[in-house]
Amino acid sequence: MTHHIKEDFSIVIAGRAGQGIQSVAYLLTHVLKLQGYHVFANSEYMSRVRGGMNSTTIRVSSTKHDALRSSIDLFVPLDAGAYMHCKNRLTKNTLYLGLPNDRFCQGCVMEVDFAKIAQLVGNRLFENIVAVGAILGLMETDEIIAKEYLRKFFVKKGSDIIKKNQDALAKGYKMGTHFAFSQDISISLTSDDSIKEHLFLSGIDAIGFGALAGGCDFCAAYPMSPSTGLLTFFAQHGHECGVIAEQATDEIEAVNMALGASYAGARSIVTTAGGGFDLMCESVSLAGMTETPITFHVGQRPGPATGLPTRTAQEDLNLVLYAGHGEFMRVIFAPGSPCDAYNITAHALKIADEYQIPTFVLSDQYFVDALYTVDKNDFIMKDDAKKIIETDRQYKRYALTENGISPRGVPGFGDGLVCVIGDEHDEEGRITEDMHGLRTKMMEKRLFKRRELLETVALLPEIIGKKSAKTIVICWGSTHLAVCEAVENLANPDVSVMLFTQLFPFHKKVRKMFVKAQQIIVVENNAVGQFADLLEKECDITVDTRILKWNGEPFFVEELTERIMKAL
Amino acid sequence: MIASAQIKPDFNVAPSIENQWCPGCGNFPILQTIKNVLQKKDIAPQNVTLVSGVGQAAKLPQYIKCNFFNGLHGRALPVAAGIKIANADQTVIVSSGDGDIYGEGSNHLIHAIRRNPNITVIVHNNMIYGLTKGQASPTTSKKTIAPIQPYGVVSDPINPVALAISLDAPFVARAYAGNPSQMESILAQAITHKGFSLIDVFQPCVVFNNINTYQWFHDHTYTIDDDFDVADRVEAFRHAIQEDRFPLGVLYKHDRRSTYEEVAGTYVKDKKPLYLRKTSCAIRTALMLAQK
Repeated sequence: MTHHIKEDFSIVIAGRAGQGIQSVAYLLTHVLKLQGYHVFANSEYMSRVRGGMNSTTIRVSSTKHDALRSSIDLFVPLDAGAYMHCKNRLTKNTLYLGLPNDRFCQGCVMEVDFAKIAQLVGNRLFENIVAVGAILGLMETDEIIAKEYLRKFFVKKGSDIIKKNQDALAKGYKMGTHFAFSQDISISLTSDDSIKEHLFLSGIDAIGFGALAGGCDFCAAYPMSPSTGLLTFFAQHGHECGVIAEQATDEIEAVNMALGASYAGARSIVTTAGGGFDLMCESVSLAGMTETPITFHVGQRPGPATGLPTRTAQEDLNLVLYAGHGEFMRVIFAPGSPCDAYNITAHALKIADEYQIPTFVLSDQYFVDALYTVDKNDFIMKDDAKKIIETDRQYKRYALTENGISPRGVPGFGDGLVCVIGDEHDEEGRITEDMHGLRTKMMEKRLFKRRELLETVALLPEIIGKKSAKTIVICWGSTHLAVCEAVENLANPDVSVMLFTQLFPFHKKVRKMFVKAQQIIVVENNAVGQFADLLEKECDITVDTRILKWNGEPFFVEELTERIMKAL
Repeated sequence: MIASAQIKPDFNVAPSIENQWCPGCGNFPILQTIKNVLQKKDIAPQNVTLVSGVGQAAKLPQYIKCNFFNGLHGRALPVAAGIKIANADQTVIVSSGDGDIYGEGSNHLIHAIRRNPNITVIVHNNMIYGLTKGQASPTTSKKTIAPIQPYGVVSDPINPVALAISLDAPFVARAYAGNPSQMESILAQAITHKGFSLIDVFQPCVVFNNINTYQWFHDHTYTIDDDFDVADRVEAFRHAIQEDRFPLGVLYKHDRRSTYEEVAGTYVKDKKPLYLRKTSCAIRTALMLAQK
């Protein structure tokens, strides 16, 4: 039987935590990118340090496909339990590389004991490198590129280690090419030299660089999956880039440190997940009252409570939308791609600074942990000066102005004093209980005038497809790329995708964008359709179908294609 | 110009700002002491930031002319650390109550001492909740009858100075609102001392606390001799745990610890506060382009 796979190839490596799946995935993705292919990788893992069963999907393609396919083209089990773990994703066309299992293997089996071969090189530890070699050999990629990458990767470990790794790779490679020949397997992908120059980023890296582009210079956080990566990012690059990264003792401390720093003139971000954000809610309200700029990155995962700590969800839109007591303005963003994440995080910091409000970047486990090849030309760094003024003696922090924005001073810059307070206050930040005068004016300033301004600068949703399509499939955040691919698969000109990157408040034009639509479908990774509810309330529309998934997994392209098709 | 340079900074607010404290409150001498010390040290009001939480004591920044951040109940310390790390040139003083710092925010107290920003923390300790009308605070003595403790307080009170010494805070002192000159001398030392300084100030609540009155504090305190080694932690602790009569004065003072600002890396390359810095687009871009 022959196996000819073209343009799009999905590899899954699965095994126990601690077996080195991450290092296989790391080497493989980087070498494949250097071969000039588009690479997308996503890991799913258990909330434990050793054991359990984890897998990484690597999708290699000739044109960009940054979404997860359920069906596996090549399955590489590093452990016998991997079959059971991935059984729903194995098909009759799946190729198996490794130790077979008769209960699951339906098609082409390439039996190989990676550990045994590794021992020939001198140590079982090389088993992962043998596996990488076998996959690259099977794909008939350029072996020299892979060897050169290994040399650079292990350069600090010395020539002996480099040589042994290269030997292990070569043994695997030879075996892979042998299988390709003997089983008549051909995987034809078109390479593009320009991809070699692309950046290779995780979702959280894209958010981190976006924060740098947005002039962020302070980040405080308490570790919590899946949000910790942003604090790690700043801890590693902070000194170089002038960003203070502070691991706080808890989320309450983190957010209050960030507010203090922001008050003193920093551009602050905090990063947390839903449960950690619960603890920050009171400070969201304080940011609203004191008009202190701050940006929250909230990486979502399934709840309630501890929920599924390492899985994905879009369950916390309502949480950030309504967080904090009292009534004040906020802006909520959600990136749908690495490029969005970069631009939107920078924008969120800028909007917080300019409008002196809390802003939110909502991501999720699926997005932050995924790896993407991205064109560096889409990522432009610009300098963005903080909106801070040098104060004079007459300075009033809450001066009542036409548009409701009071120029922001910071302590020590100029002759004025900067007085901020969580109580209702007068223009100078002194406590007032003047309910008929100042209270009304300050509420107008913080809420009504601010809302008007923020609606005018709100980001419009992006439409992919015909603007006047009969059916609009709405998505937000990380479901975006899977929805786009699913709709592309339908090849139906009457179906368009509408991506919201700003979830609140909406631009006034948004209402008009639905006028021609006969059917509105909303896709969300939660159980009730939180965004669908918000759309119905804010835009006065009826959502016809809600395509929801809340088991902790992201959407696969195939299931979305099918569910959208059924809904039409 | 010469004449104006000699004018001492003025920390008094406009007379139109009405003070909300009760007549005779122990907060008044604390307020006056802060003003006196800042004036004598000739620190410009623009270079002082007062931070507080919620409560009667926490209203103090309202009545003094300088920068302030009057935030959430219990959360003054992380805010103060954030301000200090973003602008080490500011003199940062936290002034709040026992409920705020020792109750709602006690976790922050522990970790602020560990982090050790160069800030001064003045705790108005009146051993009662004033603004919420007389409930027990973390420093109320056991068996005290209060509206929510009609059968008497069941928990032991916190000993804040012993706690701070156990965490090796660089400066730990106790003052008494009834002895303003001693309080002034302590605060003057604390503001200049490098690192986290805690001053627990006994302060009578004249409305809700009829046990810990001016007379009671007078009878139950003593000034510690200044002939002991103030940098000796064990000796300091021996004084701090005296609770039949409470010691007043500087209990513990040393310079063995680096401050948060010194070790956080913020001021290694650049001494300027964050608001004056330009972010380097070139460095950030180069870092990004290295991600392949």
